[in-house]
Amino acid sequence: MKNTIKQIFHSGKFVTGFVIFLAILLTIIIYPLVVAKDPLAMIGNGNFFKPGTYLSIQDTVNSGKTYKMNVDATASIVESKLTMDNRSMMAEWLEKYGGVDASEIDVTDAEGLIALWEEKYDPNAEQKGLIAAKKKKYQRLDNEIDGILEDVPTIIAEKNEETGELEEVQSIDSKQYINEKDVINRQNFVLGTDNFGRDVLTELISATGSSLKIGLVAGIIATVIGLFLGLLAGYLGGFVDNLILFFTNLFTVIPSFVLLILISYSVGESQRGIMMVALLIGITAWPWTTRSVRSQVISLRNRDHVNLSKLSGHSMLRIVLTDILPYVASYVVMAFILQISSGILAEAQLSMIGLGPATTKTATLGLMMQWATQYNAHLNGAWWAYFPVILVIALISFSLNLMNTGLDQVFNPQLRD
Amino acid sequence: MKGMKKYYTQKIMWYLLTLVFAVLLNFILPRLMPGDPVSTIASKSVEGMTDATAIQKVYEDYAAKFGINKPMYVQFFTWVKNALRGDFGISFSQYPRTVSDIISSSVLWTICLQLPAIIVGWILGNLLGAIAAYMKGVFDKAILPAFLFISNVPAFGMATVLLFVFSLKLHIAPAAGGYASSMIPHMSLAFMKSVLSHYQLPFWSIVIITIGGQAIGMRSMSIYELNADYVKYSRFLGIKDHTIVKYVFRNAMLPQITGLAMSLGTMIGGNLVAEMVFSYPGLGTTMLSAVTGQDYPLLSACTLIITIMVLLANLLVELLYAVIDPRVKASQQD
Repeated sequence: MKNTIKQIFHSGKFVTGFVIFLAILLTIIIYPLVVAKDPLAMIGNGNFFKPGTYLSIQDTVNSGKTYKMNVDATASIVESKLTMDNRSMMAEWLEKYGGVDASEIDVTDAEGLIALWEEKYDPNAEQKGLIAAKKKKYQRLDNEIDGILEDVPTIIAEKNEETGELEEVQSIDSKQYINEKDVINRQNFVLGTDNFGRDVLTELISATGSSLKIGLVAGIIATVIGLFLGLLAGYLGGFVDNLILFFTNLFTVIPSFVLLILISYSVGESQRGIMMVALLIGITAWPWTTRSVRSQVISLRNRDHVNLSKLSGHSMLRIVLTDILPYVASYVVMAFILQISSGILAEAQLSMIGLGPATTKTATLGLMMQWATQYNAHLNGAWWAYFPVILVIALISFSLNLMNTGLDQVFNPQLRD
Repeated sequence: MKGMKKYYTQKIMWYLLTLVFAVLLNFILPRLMPGDPVSTIASKSVEGMTDATAIQKVYEDYAAKFGINKPMYVQFFTWVKNALRGDFGISFSQYPRTVSDIISSSVLWTICLQLPAIIVGWILGNLLGAIAAYMKGVFDKAILPAFLFISNVPAFGMATVLLFVFSLKLHIAPAAGGYASSMIPHMSLAFMKSVLSHYQLPFWSIVIITIGGQAIGMRSMSIYELNADYVKYSRFLGIKDHTIVKYVFRNAMLPQITGLAMSLGTMIGGNLVAEMVFSYPGLGTTMLSAVTGQDYPLLSACTLIITIMVLLANLLVELLYAVIDPRVKASQQD
């Protein structure tokens, strides 16, 4: 036993998979201890906030200490405030009426463009073929640009209780800074928020936990059923074997995906909790395990040590437990690992169709995917709502599959490269 | 030839039997649901009605319409009889349309998308896997982990990634639907062009996923075969390398074909979910709308059609297998 474990941990593939899986597992356990947030608390009021740190505006203004810095902020302000539409409008005017050559105009350089504009633009210049509305539009654009360039301080005013008049309290210019640490109220969304305004990172970690739970329960159920039927069919042979084999073949050909949809729909929404979904996935996933256990047991059935046990009059249960089970154990473990990963995937797919766990109390990876697609995150460019989920699903299944391949190579020396 | 005939009839009989079971399950499972589906539908249409006898009348009407006042086996045979004629009843969510009308318009989209995609993915995957096994070295070292990872990305995941990169960021392909929403399906060059441009992303997402899984399987099968005794023996005999490679890949191919048959159901299921991401007008999207619209006749017709499609594809693969694998022929000869 000790030797086998040592051998397993010598396999590079197994170790890589194991490390990834362990990292995911540790994150699930440690993160809630550090960040004591309710994973499903709807913090954001509105959907799909970008990833980043959000500072309270009031706190920023009232943070107390301000710092003067000698940084010319106009360049970056101009860069961010001058929209692409405005830039192309400016370029168009300059080229047509300003007599500037197209090669001299660079719309990506906001400052250069504005300098050129200030130099050439004249509202009274002759603009042939231009309707009055368009002329006005250019004048408005000119005013807008002037506004951007002028460094007008922002004024904070308070309402006087007695007179009802606004009184200036503070005037903020572009050189004034505050330290981020002085702002008390802030929200940090590393992965943004989802459609309900929930912190995706916290939600994702709790969802990974519940998805793993589903995979584990489904895997255990499928493995227990598969192992039992496989042992029975392989050891008894004859009619029982034929019967079990018939049903196993039947359910490998009828897609389990279809069965899962039909059963989930029949169960009804009120019954479909997390554990129910895990159970349903488990009872539709056993044929694979049955197949591999059965073929293993058949090859073992007539080995000498089994025959010896039979002659010694050992009970069938004892023979199966002591003479057969240890030999198929490695296959069962490998099948179990694959069952977990396919269980997690099955839950995700089921949820995307809308037949996953009908709960609002817990998140699963599949439900997160479903919410994201339902609210069109993938069409709105809100990548943070679904990319991390896909990555986690892929990583879990990648790590489990690596572990499986590693084990396979240890137990089947023929497969070693 | 007589042996092959026996093999074929056996296979076809077995699949017919499976079909009978699948149909039975498709009929029984939804009816095991607590409360009957008809009362849920009826309760929708009596909403707001106050007259008790009128409500009773509606329920009875519905019961008679769906035949649930008859014994179960009678219901089953009526259902099968109707299904054989292509009559799956009327959809609840898209009311005046019949289920068979909705299904027949979406089945073609799914088949035209999935069949070529799976075949192309399978061929490319096997080629790449075989090349990786034969070349070894850097190509193998680089390609294997990549494919190992890709094969573990769910199909809908690959679909969203492609959608994000090629549609939202690079604007190369349209994001959703099977054709431009301003068009009405008809035979014209413009419509065909629109269909093709909407086809790319769903197609490639399925192909890439399939390649990943197949390449790994083919690679390990090829390595296994390359180390087999007959290869060493052939080398001793001085048989040319490319002849040996032909033997090896033919042998490595066979488990891949069985593997394809076995995993077809799972694959198609996953691909249907990928279809939903693109709102492709195929069965996946239809199924989604059936679930959200609580449209039970539509859903059960969808699952039945998918089962039949998978069974047919499986049967086809197994029949082909007999042609390719000489051992099947030999075993049927005696």
